[in-house]
Amino acid sequence: MDKIIKAKEPFRFCTRLHLSELTGLRAITLGQLLKLIKKVPGSCIYHHTHRFLQQHQYLSPEPPNDFAYWVSEALGEDKLGERLASIDTIQFTTIRALRNKIIQTIEEYLKEKPLSRIKFTSEDEAFHFVKSISFVLPTRYIATDIFEFTDILKKITIDSIYFHIFESRLRLEKGTNDFSNWLEDSLEEKQLAAEISNLDPYTHTMEDLRMTIVNLIEKRI
Amino acid sequence: MPKLEDYISIVGQSIIDDLKLLSEKLKGRIIQNINSTSVGGGVAEILNRSVPLLRELGIDAKWEVIKGGESFFKVTKKFHNALHGREEEITFKDFNIFMETSQRNIEDMKLYGDVIFVHDPQPIALIRNKSKIPNSKWLWRCHIDVSNPNMRVWNFLKEFIVQYEASVFSSPNFAQRLPIRQFLISPSIDPLSDKNRELPQEIIDEVLKKYGVSQDKPIITQVSRFDYLKDPVGVIEAYRQVKKYVNCQLILAGGTATDDPESEEVLNRVKEAKGKDRDIHILLLPPGSDIEINALQRASTVVIQKSIREGFGLTVTEALWKAKPVVAQSVGGIPLQIKHKYSGLLCHSIDGAAFAIKQLLNSPAYAKKLGENGREHIRQNFLLTRHLRDYMLLFLSMYHNEDIVYL
Repeated sequence: MDKIIKAKEPFRFCTRLHLSELTGLRAITLGQLLKLIKKVPGSCIYHHTHRFLQQHQYLSPEPPNDFAYWVSEALGEDKLGERLASIDTIQFTTIRALRNKIIQTIEEYLKEKPLSRIKFTSEDEAFHFVKSISFVLPTRYIATDIFEFTDILKKITIDSIYFHIFESRLRLEKGTNDFSNWLEDSLEEKQLAAEISNLDPYTHTMEDLRMTIVNLIEKRI
Repeated sequence: MPKLEDYISIVGQSIIDDLKLLSEKLKGRIIQNINSTSVGGGVAEILNRSVPLLRELGIDAKWEVIKGGESFFKVTKKFHNALHGREEEITFKDFNIFMETSQRNIEDMKLYGDVIFVHDPQPIALIRNKSKIPNSKWLWRCHIDVSNPNMRVWNFLKEFIVQYEASVFSSPNFAQRLPIRQFLISPSIDPLSDKNRELPQEIIDEVLKKYGVSQDKPIITQVSRFDYLKDPVGVIEAYRQVKKYVNCQLILAGGTATDDPESEEVLNRVKEAKGKDRDIHILLLPPGSDIEINALQRASTVVIQKSIREGFGLTVTEALWKAKPVVAQSVGGIPLQIKHKYSGLLCHSIDGAAFAIKQLLNSPAYAKKLGENGREHIRQNFLLTRHLRDYMLLFLSMYHNEDIVYL
């Protein structure tokens, strides 16, 4: 890249901190789990499909969602656990769609194995529904060109990267991640935007994801 | 006392930046913490560290302690045991004693916080003053494992709990059916406190010498107050099973807390169980023995926590932070800290504990890996900086009801 192109709009890095809220709802059978997955707030579905990303972000692989983990570990339904774990979250652009896929996966399994509905765990191993409360805050970091953007990306918290990649796309229903949106709209970096958008962030640790994006940008500049 | 910037080398600059960012949103708010003791036990320990740091962040955090006599604390200890699911005979007189002392505190304690943050059941009845300070937000922080509470005590407390704006629990399985919001906040340890900071080998050697612990055979340690719920006698039984195959020592180290009148009775039972075994070291440590505890944990080959009930299990957090292989009973907040066979070993019985200890003593490389993973898990999730962040978010959530809050 020969000269520095200024972005039409600067990119303001935000960060997202979260607090977990308990719902008091719990399941000890697959039937109860299914019933509650249908009715709990979207923030619960979001929590149980994304919690691992932050709590175990240094470690991979980990069970990608709490439903899959519980079904395998507590109920011993490994086949269903595998099906739930392999739901391709990146294919879904809304929590609603993701929830429907989880419901459909469990319902199909129950059709094949109706007796699985009545298997139960001990109280100690019950599945407890928790929801995520997100607090979004602007940070002091603002990028006006791609070089500044890369420098900030190297040092910003993983919470910020998490917000722009995962939360914006799925929970705020922006279709794609914030980085790709900005690169395309404000810098006309269509190809780079597409490359970042095509990553499956769910199979990276957060630090690894940061470096993968930095490398893609550095290759371009 | 360590300053915020001292934590940068442990958690990174960006975590501290986030704390500063959040604290700006709470400027001018007074946070009044209230509990029942200023020394002994995990609650006092957390307040001792968190209050000064919140103040450094510019938040007007205060800490008050309610007053109570021996009979009051005997009753609250019974409540504590009953909430943990233990059989307790609780009489009308006990409830009356609780209410009498509570009433005196209701009359005497000066309440002035924008957020009044009440810790555990002892000061719970202060909520009766709510109407006297309009616009204040009341939070009840439960540090106890209430997954299977005695319903008589729980229902008695519930009448107070429901008057609070929100409650806070340490583990998802403590959640109750309540008409108020319930948050999940795990406690934490301070990596720079005397109990957790790095220690030179000479200090560790000195402490072992002081207590007559030999360095030439493996050391199994449980650090806990002498309390039935920590099952110290069960630990001795597990040790005896291990001792048949591995020549090892056992340290049971614990202090007493001013709000726990039962510990002496338990201590006597433990001494009885020890008998004449000179490889069992029962160490009754006075308050302020943090460096000794730190040294004993660091000197241990395996750390055990065989609690029957546990609020969170901060002694597990402490041991994991020191990269120790830990064997712990799968209760309360312990499974949040230990993923079985990944960051420690979970057990459900004395036999299970003995088997796990033997495994770790006989496979040092495996034990080392578990310890290292444990330390990283604690760094990410259970250090004081994360706790401060959660508390600030909790205070902010008193002013926002949405699931996504733009600050």
